[in-house]
Parts: sequence; C-alpha cells; structure tokens
Amino acid sequence: MMSCFLHTCARILPHSKPIGKAMSTVNPNLTYNYKVVRQFAIMTVVWGIIGMSLGVLIAAQLVWPSVNLDLPFTHFGRLRPLHTNAVIYGFGGCALFATSYYVVQRTCQARLFSDGLAQFTFWGWQAVMVAAVITLPQGLTSTKEYAELEWPIDILITLVWVAYAAVFFGTVMKRKAPHIYVANWFYGAFIITVAVLHVGNNLALPVSAFKSYSAYAGVTDAMIQWWWGHNAVGFFLTAGFLGMMYYFVPKQANRPVYSYRLSIVHFWALIATYVWAGGHHLHYSALPDWAQTAGMVMSLILLAPSWGGMINGMMTLSGAWHKLRTDPILRFLVVSLSFYGMSTFEGPMMAIKTVNALSHNTDWTIGHVHSGALGWVAMISIGAMYHLIPKLWGVREMYSSALINLHFWLATVGTVLYIVAMWVNGIMQGLMWRAVNADGTLTYSFVESLEASYPGYFVRWLGGVIFVSGMLVMAYNVRKTIKQKDAVALDNAAAQVA
Amino acid sequence: MIPMDINEVRGIHTLLVLIAFLGICWWAYSARRKKSNDEAAHLPFDDDEIDRRTLEKDRTEKKQ
Repeated sequence: MMSCFLHTCARILPHSKPIGKAMSTVNPNLTYNYKVVRQFAIMTVVWGIIGMSLGVLIAAQLVWPSVNLDLPFTHFGRLRPLHTNAVIYGFGGCALFATSYYVVQRTCQARLFSDGLAQFTFWGWQAVMVAAVITLPQGLTSTKEYAELEWPIDILITLVWVAYAAVFFGTVMKRKAPHIYVANWFYGAFIITVAVLHVGNNLALPVSAFKSYSAYAGVTDAMIQWWWGHNAVGFFLTAGFLGMMYYFVPKQANRPVYSYRLSIVHFWALIATYVWAGGHHLHYSALPDWAQTAGMVMSLILLAPSWGGMINGMMTLSGAWHKLRTDPILRFLVVSLSFYGMSTFEGPMMAIKTVNALSHNTDWTIGHVHSGALGWVAMISIGAMYHLIPKLWGVREMYSSALINLHFWLATVGTVLYIVAMWVNGIMQGLMWRAVNADGTLTYSFVESLEASYPGYFVRWLGGVIFVSGMLVMAYNVRKTIKQKDAVALDNAAAQVA
Repeated sequence: MIPMDINEVRGIHTLLVLIAFLGICWWAYSARRKKSNDEAAHLPFDDDEIDRRTLEKDRTEKKQ
C-alpha cells in the first residue's frame, strides 16, 4: 500500500528527489543512438518472416513429402537447422540487440559507449545470418544442434559478441543513476553467459575451410552440447527476453514493476539454476546416472524462479487490468507471460525421468519448444516491437491498432493449434512406441505411429501458416508506420511526453 | 585429521548455496534497501527529455 503511494507520488512529481537529482546531472546535449536500434528492429521483422516461413515449408514437407522437391538444398535435414538459426539468431537475436541497446541507453541515461562498434555489431550479425543462409543448405554443418555454423562463422560470431559486450557494458558504466535497472542485469547475464557457452561448445579442430571436428568426444561431447543447448534456451531465449519483459511491460502499462525486490531474487535464482539443467536432454543415455538426476532436480527447482518472474510481470498490471481491453500491445506482452508460465511448468515436468521416458524423441518436445518460442519469445518480441517502432520513428503510435489486434489473434490461434497438435501427436507416439503384446513383441511398427501422426502434422502446418500470416500483417503495419513519419512526426512525440 | 569425503564437500557446498540464497533474499527484502529499490524501479520513467531531444536531433539531421 505504502509503496503504491510512493510510486504514485514519484510519477506525479518527476522532479522530486531523488530522481530529480539524478536528472540534473545529465548533460543537456545528450542524445541516444536510435539509428542502430531502428536497423535491428527492421531486421527483427525481416528475419522473423524468413525464419518462420522456412518453418512452415519444412512442416509442409512432413505432411506432403514431395514438397522437398527432391533436391539436396531443399531437403528437411538441411532446411531445419536454417529454420532454427533464422528464428533464434535472426529474429530473436535482432530483437535482443534492438531492445538491449534501447533499454540500456534509456535506463542508464547514457548514449551507447561507441556508435562505431554498435554499427559493427549490426553488420557483423547480418553477415553471420547471411552466411547461415549460404552454408546450411549446402550441408556445411558442425552437426551440433543450435550451433550448426562452421568454425569461420563461429569466429565471426565471437568477434561480434565481444563488440556487443563492450558496447553494452561500456554504456552501463557511463550511467548517471547509481542503480543498474534490473532489465540490464538480465541482458548482461545473457551476453556474458552466451559468450562463455558459445566459445566452450564450439571448440573444434578445423581440417578445411568449412569442416571441423569437435574438441570433445563421446558422452562428454553430448554433455557439453546440451550444456550449451539448454542454456541457449535459458540465457538466449529466456534471460534476454526477461530483460525485455522488465522494461516493456512496465512502460506499456505505465507503472513500475510489481516488486523490484522480487526481481532481484528472481535474477540470482534463475541464473544460478539454469546452467545445471542441461543433463535432462540426456536421460537414459550413457551419461552417468547422477548427472541425469542432477539435471532433473535442477530443472524442477527452476519452476520457482521462472514463476516468480512471470508473477512479477503479470502483477505489474494489478490495478490496471482494464488496459488489456483496449491495448493490444499490452495483450501481446501479457499473453506471452502466460505462455512463459505454461512452458516453464511443462519443462520441469518433462525433465522428470519417468515422464521423459514417454515424451523423449516424440513431437511433444517440439510442441514444448514452440510454446516457448512462439508463445513466449515471439509474442513478447512482437509486443516490444509495437511499443518501440513508433517511438523510434517519432510518431505517436502504430499506423493501425486494429491490425495489431488482428496480429494478436492470428499469433494466439496459430500458437495454440501448433501446441495442441504436437501434444496429441507426442503422447500418441510415446504410447504407441512403448505398447507391447503379451508375448513381449512391439504392438506397433514405427511406420504405424508415423501414419497416425499425419493429422497432427497437418494441424501444425496450419498453425504455422496462421502465425506467419500475422507476421506479414505486422510487416505491412510497420511499413505504413514508418512511412507516415514525415507527416506527423515530432509534434506527436512532444504531445505524448507532455 | 581424517581426510574429507567428497560427499561431505558436496553437503557443505549445498549449505553454502542455501546460505547465499537466503542472504540474497534477506538483502533484497531488507528495509534499508527500500528507497534504493523504489528509485531503481522508476528508472524507466525518468528520461523522456533525452528521448525527445534525440528525435528532434535525428529529424533536423535528416532535413539537412
């Protein structure tokens, strides 16, 4: 109650101490670097459409196998890693670069540490993505999941990442306020951890320009791979996007985060637990039993910080729930948190060894990943972009709020169709594979379980088509918003501040 | 002195991690932190002036 009162006072009286003191020390000529944020924001939409369309194409190949065109370059096995790379690093990566550069400047009240290095990260990251588009369909791959790119591209990623860390932490060091806002803690943890994981997992011996062999062998290689793989989920796809949540949910709801104290506990608990969970990808494998059990227990513990963060984001709306009726951007952000809560409940359940015995290698895993990827990562990024893009181009709001609402429903329906289809398929496959006759022989052949999966594959493809059509609506809306910039531009931006 | 068993080391490690976690909770929720937490929670709402200046500058540069 008291804290609510203080929050209200501080908002009504922006120049009361201590905030006023912090503001008065700011250089009166200070401006932010929005150029690089604009570039990454546009590329978020572009890579989103490319990556998700590739996903729809390979989903169609599972329903109608002839869609692979009988060419090696368009085969499922070569396009699937391109799909994952384009959505995770192209779409998700550009969204993280854009929002982290925006948030770190605005909450530190400091311009980016170096405009030149920031430009290098933009062009360097686009070069990495173009290299992925060129090499993966040719079958040039290190075969490590979510780390398929070969060693020369890995080196380029490392250079870009070091520059990214320099720009981000250099900006944090220039901050005017004594505090580092919690969103920056999450972005910072994401940048540092991904650097360590990327270098650790991709240590390899090159034998030619585009062929290398992993420095690790056997089960050690598998454990290193999933130490990377699960933390790609935990830090690239979670910590970074939680940073996004801690800035854009309060901004869009126009009220401070529900509990700053909870956000501190959330941060330390989440980052301390995530790094241990990778072993759950290797249940019932050659990995020592104790390591499998450690992975399972740590995954179960993860439920607590995950839900702590989700509740913190959701409760930021307490007292302002009515805004959900009129604000489709807020709806994107809040529904993304619902999907986050759902998939971070599902994940620990699937990490339990006995549940995993049913779900492993089935479509349930793919459904789980997409409830996180479409429901959480994509929807919070889309919400953040709709908040960000008008501000970056100096207009009051997006060209069409009705189109944002349409996109919201397309995204939600597409995601739900996708997840439900994969749940049904996954549980059915798991049950069919384990069914045995009285004499101990298998009840079903593998092909019978594949045949039974066709309806689910069709519904999944349909869900994907609906989700991508939402992205096309977004692209149109973004284009119209940017083009209307010259007409209304800064008068509106000024009105919005006052 | 009896050498320490690896499992005792693991037990002590678990205890240390628990103490660290409780320490973070105690620190984050202590009354002393309240003012700092409120200030930090308001950082996203403090910089509209710089945002406006940036857009004005970007616009004039574009015209030239």
